[in-house]
Amino acid sequence: MSSPRLAWSAVLLLAGAAQAVEFNQVQPEETKLVFTSKQMGVPVDGGFGRLTGQIRFDPAAPSAASARLEIDLASIDAGSAEATEEVVGKQWLNVKAFPTAGFQSTSVKALGGDRFEAVGQLTIKGQTRDLIAPFTFRQEGATGVFEGTFVLKRLDFGIGEGTWSDVSTVANEIQIRFHVVAASQHENVLQPH
Amino acid sequence: MIPATPYSAPAKLAHWLIAALILAAFPLGLYMHELPLSPEKLRLYSYHKWIGMTVLLLFMPRLLWRLVRPPPALLPGPAWQLKLAEATHWLLYLLMAAVPLCGWLMSSAKGFQVVYLGLVPLPDLVGKDQALGTLLADLHSSLAWALMVLIVVHAAAALKHHLIDRDDTLRRILPFVKLPSGDTRP
Repeated sequence: MSSPRLAWSAVLLLAGAAQAVEFNQVQPEETKLVFTSKQMGVPVDGGFGRLTGQIRFDPAAPSAASARLEIDLASIDAGSAEATEEVVGKQWLNVKAFPTAGFQSTSVKALGGDRFEAVGQLTIKGQTRDLIAPFTFRQEGATGVFEGTFVLKRLDFGIGEGTWSDVSTVANEIQIRFHVVAASQHENVLQPH
Repeated sequence: MIPATPYSAPAKLAHWLIAALILAAFPLGLYMHELPLSPEKLRLYSYHKWIGMTVLLLFMPRLLWRLVRPPPALLPGPAWQLKLAEATHWLLYLLMAAVPLCGWLMSSAKGFQVVYLGLVPLPDLVGKDQALGTLLADLHSSLAWALMVLIVVHAAAALKHHLIDRDDTLRRILPFVKLPSGDTRP
């Protein structure tokens, strides 16, 4: 009578394991953070080359998820050499005084289907503001891909001071798009709790 | 005196409108290029591009009009002068299109789409390529200088006709001028 019992507990164990797939290893090489600013109505693309983060995300239990992302602001590409040189300066990101920007989630909720919403705080240039970032999640093999877009108002963070605070040349709204890839740790997940 | 035929009204309008736009865009281009990055610089670059695109926009109907309704024949003169005038005119046409077109190409290559009047996004002619952008920037500048030299030659010749030869060469392109020697077509 012991073999059906063993099989049954194996099923339970696997079911438990499947539910507890947690994506928690951010892959910096595949993770991308890009943005589009508007200058005189002209969309200009840029991005950041270095980003690190800690994520814990189980699609079956999104409310237990958390994310902390840190962006190395010196790795910015603002679309042209001249602009890149300008935006690390004091009036824009002031990278010398504030080398990183960070996002810390406070809650994550499911919006249905593959859509979720991360609520948290974004800190840039010493200013912290609430942020709601909707995102989609999909699993690709052993990795999870989080993609989303939100609009950042640069003046909320003092990005572009002095004459640059004129939003008729450089728009206040900057569209941010993120593509975060995180792997799951099978070893931990498959161990019975 | 040989009766001179004036240019048609659309030809006169296109001539002076495009002349004014080119003479605004050139010094603006020289000035803005030297500015440190600032909102003013971004604004001036946009105005410069809008002026250039307006020249390109007006160029097409102007060329069509010239082909449909050829300009009046040149007033008599030494053969080398007539040849030179002819060549200058066609080179002016070539450059008035090539300079803005090259600027548009350069803007695309540098990764800045041209949005006409801040409202109409124009397609990027080439993909983002910094090396190509630098090359096109040099070409844009060289062609613009060549255009300026031609404009000086063109204007000097017109003034020479007006002040030395005292003929109707300049008068027949001037707006609001009645030619004393009559305006019947030959």
